[in-house]
Amino acid sequence: MLTERWNDVEGGFHPASAPDYLPVERLREVQLRRLRAVVTRAYDNVELFRSRMQERGLTPADIRTLEDIAQLPFTVKVDLRDTYPFGLFASPMSEIVRLHASSGTTGKPIVVAYTREDLNVWAEVMTRTFASCGLHRGDIVQNAFGYGLFTGGLGAHYGAEALGATVIPVSGGNTERQLMVMKDFNVSAVCATPSYFIHVIERALDLGLDLRELPLHTGIFGAEPWSEEMRQRIQEGAGIRAYDIYGLSEIIGPGVGSECEHQDGLHIFEDHFYPEIIDPETGAVLPDGEEGELVLTTLSKQAMPVIRYRTRDITRIITETCGCGRSLRRIRRVGRRSDDMFIIRGVNVFPSQVEAALLAVEGTLPHYQIILTRDHGLDQMAVEVEVTPEVFSDKVRALEDVRAELAKAIEQIIGIRVALRLVEPRTIARSEGKAKRVIDKRAI
Amino acid sequence: MKLQQLSVFLENRPGHLAEPLALLSREGINILSLSLADTSDFGILRMIVRDWERAAQVLKADDWVVKLTEVVAVDVEDRPGGLAEVLRAAGRAELKIEYMYAFSLRRNNRAALIFRFEEPDRAIDVLSAAGCHVIEAEELFAAVE
Repeated sequence: MLTERWNDVEGGFHPASAPDYLPVERLREVQLRRLRAVVTRAYDNVELFRSRMQERGLTPADIRTLEDIAQLPFTVKVDLRDTYPFGLFASPMSEIVRLHASSGTTGKPIVVAYTREDLNVWAEVMTRTFASCGLHRGDIVQNAFGYGLFTGGLGAHYGAEALGATVIPVSGGNTERQLMVMKDFNVSAVCATPSYFIHVIERALDLGLDLRELPLHTGIFGAEPWSEEMRQRIQEGAGIRAYDIYGLSEIIGPGVGSECEHQDGLHIFEDHFYPEIIDPETGAVLPDGEEGELVLTTLSKQAMPVIRYRTRDITRIITETCGCGRSLRRIRRVGRRSDDMFIIRGVNVFPSQVEAALLAVEGTLPHYQIILTRDHGLDQMAVEVEVTPEVFSDKVRALEDVRAELAKAIEQIIGIRVALRLVEPRTIARSEGKAKRVIDKRAI
Repeated sequence: MKLQQLSVFLENRPGHLAEPLALLSREGINILSLSLADTSDFGILRMIVRDWERAAQVLKADDWVVKLTEVVAVDVEDRPGGLAEVLRAAGRAELKIEYMYAFSLRRNNRAALIFRFEEPDRAIDVLSAAGCHVIEAEELFAAVE
């Protein structure tokens, strides 16, 4: 038996990853069995779901095939707010062992719950995430996701422990301490939001520390959309492989999907989270390969089953099978969310387009914020960009050139004139290490 | 012969100049001279300080964007025409001046001119050959403190 040595070596296999390689027919059988069970559980225990099923004249017995999922009602974020705090729970509090909550930027937060078995599943999918990113026993993982109500910190923590790695629960913030830990503890992998890690790289440079010379070899990044350009910056700046992971608190937290060594799309752990792509306007299910809004159903969640949750994330399912051998379907990395999109003077703009334009200019970093205002009925778009040591100059003309170059790069991509302002570092607000990209001050 | 000048990026907003200066004062770092370049959006604070390495460190640790630039200090008699002589020598050699500022020294009725040349090394040669007194960092600090 190799079980004692399964993941001690690179390329080693972790037993928790076995479902990643299920034959497709077997995977579909598992999904159907779990779907029927979770629909029954939600119907029996969650008033909101039962009443919506009854309005459609449906009972759990109507789910006979996986395609029947399209008949089920959607769940949206507002449902989680309206039932605050415990309205969507399907387990009595005596069986719930953990609560998390989202940062409530507007009004009440949303609350999510876990039974003991839910936590086991969460640790399992995070173990599979880390294994998929090439980590194994012996890796020293610095977890810079925030610990607390946010799901990132504890979600990654238990997954890395279950993998057999050594976890350092450093949480977010205090960059100099992060760097001290990274260097002194021979850290080999780090979990963080990509925008925060960019800041860590900058600070290391300031302190004369070259991250490329440390044992650090892997970064696990999630909790906010980031671009391929940003991945290149991180990989080059820190001398690591940077992997994108996907998750959301409403579904479980991190652990819904992860890239593998091919870094070409994220495998969804679809034995636990069933993915669909829908047309965001009509709600119709789209065939694999077409771009639309990702909808997820928790197939095994007990405390808070969520049926057909509209994530607002725009992506598509990749139809080709992946070279890594996993049978799990992949989604394209999520670069944009349908609720991040804004319309200015009739043009649809995604913050990711602005980010790509900024990163195309040498020496700049993606610390930016878009501010929309209305002046005498005309929409105005301003972009504030934090100045980096690389682009800063003692000469006014050189800085004006940087400003003009950035403005031009954005205008060329979105076709709208923007007022570009250079701002001091760390002036753009970050919450839990996530950057808020758009501030819309237009009165409707 | 060259002198390190510290530049700091500032947003052009009320109160923003005071913050880095207060920070340096708390650290007991004395500023010999400063000049401020500004546009409607942002400003560049340029300073000559003796302990520029520590000043840069203190500012960076507080998230200010800082740059060190080599500048050339020339010391002239504090009288009408003192600056003009230096500028004539620079002009004859076609030295490009990005910007300059000046301050009075406490000793001997003299003034220090701080020049940001595009080519500081050539500037030092040209000015020295023209009989201008390019002042060393230590000499400059001694003349002020």
